[in-house]
Amino acid sequence: MRMITTEKINETIYNALDEINQLLPGEKKIQKTEGEILYGSGSRLDSLGMVNLIVAVEQRIQDELGQSIDLTDEKALSQKNSPFLTVKTLSDYIASLLNN
Amino acid sequence: MKDKKVILITGTSKGIGKYLAEYYCSKGHTVTGCSRKESEIKNENYSHFSLDVTDEEKVKELFLHIRKNQPGLDVLINNAGIASMNHVMLTPLETVKKILGTNFTGTFLFCREAAKLMRKNNSGRIINFSSVASDLAVEGEAIYASSKSAVVTFTKVLSKELSSMGITVNSIGITPVNTDLIKNVPAGKIDNLLEMLTIKRLAELEDISNVTDFLIREESRFITGQNINLGGV
Ligand SMILES: NC(=O)c1ccc[n+]([C@@H]2O[C@H](COP(=O)([O-])OP(=O)(O)OC[C@H]3O[C@@H](n4cnc5c(N)ncnc54)[C@H](OP(=O)(O)O)[C@@H]3O)[C@@H](O)[C@H]2O)c1
Repeated sequence: MRMITTEKINETIYNALDEINQLLPGEKKIQKTEGEILYGSGSRLDSLGMVNLIVAVEQRIQDELGQSIDLTDEKALSQKNSPFLTVKTLSDYIASLLNN
Repeated sequence: MKDKKVILITGTSKGIGKYLAEYYCSKGHTVTGCSRKESEIKNENYSHFSLDVTDEEKVKELFLHIRKNQPGLDVLINNAGIASMNHVMLTPLETVKKILGTNFTGTFLFCREAAKLMRKNNSGRIINFSSVASDLAVEGEAIYASSKSAVVTFTKVLSKELSSMGITVNSIGITPVNTDLIKNVPAGKIDNLLEMLTIKRLAELEDISNVTDFLIREESRFITGQNINLGGV
């Protein structure tokens, strides 16, 4: 199967962030950069925002990349370093799910 | 919410679910139904998926289909359910797993996937089916009643988690109504149960659609996390 590039995955995450940002006031909007912190201290997202982001990313991977992934399976939740920490860790985690 | 709604109902091959599917189709709503068996419902507003409500893959496929083909999802009615009466000491573990699986796990799966769709439109109605057997703690129905108590608690918690998304979640505590579900229950047992109600009669199917209509109404947006028992329990 064709490898899905980091650029493509990041673009999908950024599209999901656009969707989430529509609901957020100016100062809370999430930056579309790889280093943006999504989870834990330093994140602009509250817990509900995080839930919405994860669901939006899953739906966009389905719609834009045609693949069904589950970002919150036991594996993701049991990792020592949360895959949801930053845009980059999320992107890497999605790549590992898609390309394995 | 619009006049013509997109409604998903589980357990539509017979009984209450079939009645509700036909009822809402006849009102011009778009209804998607599911059950393990095929459906006999012939209506241009109706589409059917043959699946077991505990089959996560199939359930996800159903929701993907709705997401691709409908403008959203307005209403979910979690009706699919099974019952079995037995003394606890004579209840096989397999029966417990089946009842909890269909009544609770199935309800959970559909709620989870429906919420993902409804959040986009910032509105939605989820209606789960419980039973007066829970509050009445009917002997011989320990597992069934417990599975429905789980549905009630789940409904209350979920209503809080989804409230900021404009989604209400309520349950209806149904009293005995003449369907296959109770056809093997001895008449004496049903009479005993009816005696425990304030209004001592079987429910009509219309008694149920009256409450689903009420919960679906735009004006009911301030009602969530409630279990509405029929018959006065
Ligand atoms: N009738 C009563 O007296 C009464 C009282 C209190 C509460 N309730 C509740 O009302 C709801 C409907 O009951 P009913 O009286 O209409 O029962 P019913 O006539 O036996 O119908 C149950 C429906 O659920 C479907 N179903 C069962 N297990 C399923 C599964 N694993 N996956 C998918 N579909 C499944 C069945 O279709 P398939 O067999 O084709 O899958 C059928 O369409 C249930 O939640 C029940 O607990 C009923």
